[in-house]
Amino acid sequence: MAESYFLTDPRRLLEDWLSAGWRVIAPLLRDDALVPDILHDPDALPRGYTDQQAPGRYRLVPGDSERWFDAVVGPQGWKRWLHPPERKLWSARRGETGFEVTPDTEDWPATIFFGVRPCDLAAIARQAEVFRRAGDPAYTTRLAATRIVAVNCGRSAETCFCASMQTGPGARSAHDLALTEIEGGLLVEIGSKDGTAMLEGRALPTATPAQVQQAALRIEAAATSQPRAMPAKIAKRLQEVPDDPHWEEIASRCLHCANCTAVCPTCFCTDVTDRTSLDGKTAERWQRWDSCFSLDFSFLNGGPVRSSTAARYRQWMTHKLSSWHEQFGSSGCTGCGRCITWCPAGIDLVAEAGALAKGE
Amino acid sequence: MDKPRIAVWKFASCDGCQLSLLDCEEELLDIVGAVHIAHFLEASSRVETGPYDISFVEGSITTAADAERIHAIRAASKLLVTIGACATAGGIQALRNTRALGDLVQAVYPVPELIEVLDRSTPIAAHVTVDAELRGCPVSRQQLLEFVAAALAGRKPDLPEVSQCVECKRAGTACVMVANGTPCLGPVTRAGCGNLCPRVGRGCYGCFGPVEGANCVALSEQLDALGLNGHAIAALYRNFNSGAAAFSEEAARHD
Repeated sequence: MAESYFLTDPRRLLEDWLSAGWRVIAPLLRDDALVPDILHDPDALPRGYTDQQAPGRYRLVPGDSERWFDAVVGPQGWKRWLHPPERKLWSARRGETGFEVTPDTEDWPATIFFGVRPCDLAAIARQAEVFRRAGDPAYTTRLAATRIVAVNCGRSAETCFCASMQTGPGARSAHDLALTEIEGGLLVEIGSKDGTAMLEGRALPTATPAQVQQAALRIEAAATSQPRAMPAKIAKRLQEVPDDPHWEEIASRCLHCANCTAVCPTCFCTDVTDRTSLDGKTAERWQRWDSCFSLDFSFLNGGPVRSSTAARYRQWMTHKLSSWHEQFGSSGCTGCGRCITWCPAGIDLVAEAGALAKGE
Repeated sequence: MDKPRIAVWKFASCDGCQLSLLDCEEELLDIVGAVHIAHFLEASSRVETGPYDISFVEGSITTAADAERIHAIRAASKLLVTIGACATAGGIQALRNTRALGDLVQAVYPVPELIEVLDRSTPIAAHVTVDAELRGCPVSRQQLLEFVAAALAGRKPDLPEVSQCVECKRAGTACVMVANGTPCLGPVTRAGCGNLCPRVGRGCYGCFGPVEGANCVALSEQLDALGLNGHAIAALYRNFNSGAAAFSEEAARHD
């Protein structure tokens, strides 16, 4: 077993990394929620919060004032950093004899993601696989220059179902360091050589066996407390029920607003659009997040392929939970529960999967 | 393409959408460099006759004279583009569509007999063929610029067909309805404003009108669960786009 360390205050590590010039991105307090953003001051790390999550409902509320990480996943993961909502692909300038295209270059500084939950670690790995297969190097380039400090969950929200997706609540995907909140501080585990380097210069005491055990028990308790579990054979089942009347029933409640796809940490679909200047001398091509819930998404010559909401919901759920396996070798769902919490209509992916799995 | 001849027309409206065009401060010189303004009374008293390559029409039809005038404009325009909630959905003045006109005129005006208006405020598309609609109250100046730039380049303009939620998520704004129970029309409203209200913690007022296939019935159930009574729900839909079918029908269900 790898050696584990004990740390009393996570701000000490943040101070080290900030003064060494790293850009640190961590969940910070914004819009009545915790949202990953650039941390400039270690004291800005939120403390003493927990969350209440239910279908269509999120509340960040005061919790144990000593604890750092009781509030689990917020309205967005790390997707908007690694796979930005809008990205310029290239620009072009008209010249005397034609036009010149300049690919967009990006400055991605050495970055630390601090506080990545296990479900989101899995999501990062899955998106990396999507973009690797697509041959888009941008995601890989950003990820390669990013160190990941995971935080194992000692508490689950009501909407969490990572245990049934085998992605958490303890870290199972690649990371550099993993923290687990225990009595009086944090257990620190090293996940990579880079992780070892990140602790250089700070002599942390080795954790006691009791501390290691306490961390394991807390993670286990977080797993067993999850009230939701994805039906085990959902991938196969969804292939059998394309005409189930339940799709129409979901559609009667679905706003097709695309919130679920935007908050999903693995949804990756994009659209491209061209922008031209009024004088006709310059043009830009931009990529931006799109969603299988928008009508334009499946627009081919003559009209959209999926005009009904039922067809769009079925596309989303079937791709996420079933055909993703064939396409990318895993489920597209990591059990973070964001699509449940952040659906304004409170549609519960796990409950809908359960309804469709009935009669199996 | 030669410089296209542009006209801007006003019907029943507050002039705010025309002002959005004049508000393109940094781009104004580029605009007048790229197009020829042939008729735009808010900008210039010089008036040229048609035909016009693009007519931007602001305002709704509320008088018999305007119902005639819009046909003449249509006949003189290659492209007719409506701008704003009045022109595309009847505007705030369409609030009177569900009431008896005589009662309202009596209640509002000191000399009611001077008022000669149609029973209903209707969008331009109820009278003539419209080639494109720019939504909003007021219209987005970015969309105005995009429409002109696209027309000049001969490409399809990039106008949002998605819900306001998509715009909030792209901007990184956490959902105000989920995170603090603020009633919001975002899920049934077309994107385009730049998520002005949710980004400061307010719910969406639906300024850009209903998104395609808006499921207002499902949203109203959530508004009800947030504690809004029927009157409050109806009032939310009866706003700048009260004349748009999806909103007017849903408001009527809660009367």
